[in-house]
Amino acid sequence: MRYAMAIDTKKCVGCSDCVVACQTENDVPIGYCRDWVVEVTDGTYPQLETEIRSERCNHCDNSPCVRCCPTGASHYAEGGIVLVTHEKCIGCSACIQSCPYDARYTHPEGYVDKCTFCLHRVKKGMEPACVAVCPTKCMYFGDMDDPNSPISKVLKTRKYKVLAPEAGTKPNVYYLI
Amino acid sequence: MKEEIIVSGRMNHMIDPVLHAWGWEIPVYLFLGGLAAGLLFFSGLYYLLGKENHYPAAVRKAPVLVPVILALGLFALFLDLHHKPYFWRLYTTIKFQSPMSWGAWTLMIVTPLSMIWAALHIKEWFPRWDWKFQWLKDLEIFLSDYKKTIAWAMALLGVILGIYTGILLSAFNARPLWNTSILGPLFLTSGLSAGSALIMLLSKDHHERITFARIDLIVIGIELFFIIHMFMGFLASTQVQIDAASIFLGGELTAPFWIFVVVLGMLVPAALEVMELRHFKVPVIIPVVLILFGSFMLRWLITNAGQLSRYLY
Repeated sequence: MRYAMAIDTKKCVGCSDCVVACQTENDVPIGYCRDWVVEVTDGTYPQLETEIRSERCNHCDNSPCVRCCPTGASHYAEGGIVLVTHEKCIGCSACIQSCPYDARYTHPEGYVDKCTFCLHRVKKGMEPACVAVCPTKCMYFGDMDDPNSPISKVLKTRKYKVLAPEAGTKPNVYYLI
Repeated sequence: MKEEIIVSGRMNHMIDPVLHAWGWEIPVYLFLGGLAAGLLFFSGLYYLLGKENHYPAAVRKAPVLVPVILALGLFALFLDLHHKPYFWRLYTTIKFQSPMSWGAWTLMIVTPLSMIWAALHIKEWFPRWDWKFQWLKDLEIFLSDYKKTIAWAMALLGVILGIYTGILLSAFNARPLWNTSILGPLFLTSGLSAGSALIMLLSKDHHERITFARIDLIVIGIELFFIIHMFMGFLASTQVQIDAASIFLGGELTAPFWIFVVVLGMLVPAALEVMELRHFKVPVIIPVVLILFGSFMLRWLITNAGQLSRYLY
């Protein structure tokens, strides 16, 4: 089993519903976010192109955060999801320094926090909160090892990219382009 | 003109707009760790070479300071932790892939051994020192028989500790400026330079001062070579590394790096040491303070510049 997510940059309108859903579902402290929206506009005026991306932890196959954690608090859970055990985390920030996506932050209570792909919902057969609320249905989630999962199907038919592949982390959040 | 505008909705504390997960604590620890490493190395080395009486400040005086320096450094590390009540978790695991785990265990070995090494030389600072309890006196006699073994350990662990302070940073490939293996040797030489400077200050013997001024000159030369080599490596690498190096080559930390680290921290004290060797009278405190300052600024600026360098926006 290998959980992954895909976000359709052609359909995303940048409404930030995913951000609010995550903050509500996961009781994210005020002022912080586990997922966020990035808008990139590039080109030469008037030929400009905007890409809107909902970003989060990439739950990498080769996670530098898991590798550098001195206590084993950062670990791979079911389906390759990267989690932090709060009671093992000493708050040394090594994982924050190691993440090329800057997807982690220190929770006001001291431990390091980040996206969990809503594993608590996934275990119950539900989608992550961000995917479930997306009004444009631009997000896909599922098991890459299952050829019939929504993620496997969409990645078969669409062109996609990942962020900063040169960092060598083998990320599992795909952007459909 | 081709342009790119990036707007991010993320504004996490200490992460955005510029990563600042590590403040003053880590560079302070890296400096104190490097200084302790330098002192331990010279102390162990010259004891093994039988130069105890030639270089009394290096072999007998400096070791007493090491546990104090290490304790201050460890305290800074502790202050850096955000989940302090769980710090003991470091010592319930050995993670071979984590440099921080290696460092925690190295410190766990170095600190008590450096205390023993200091205790064996405490009379150098306090001639009328009395251990009060008979078992402590017996322990001192017992440990004195193993002085050679401990000296070997001190010299080796000094090198490991010195290199480790650089490896800690170089293991983070997400921060291109840190992601160079030259940081280990660079921080080691910087630590050796700081150590030899402090020995010069502690020493009352002209011959010993001259020897350590010579050693320091060589170490500064190697350090300069490593700095040049580091930039050569970056500039011959990928765009993220070129961008990272540009922080010190025209970018926002260019002036502090070249003025504080290279000119004031290395070239000026080196010139003063050459003058000393040519029999000019230079107050020893001036090169020593400059070297210690430069050694600290190297850690301070590299820690901060690393957090400015990144892969994504």
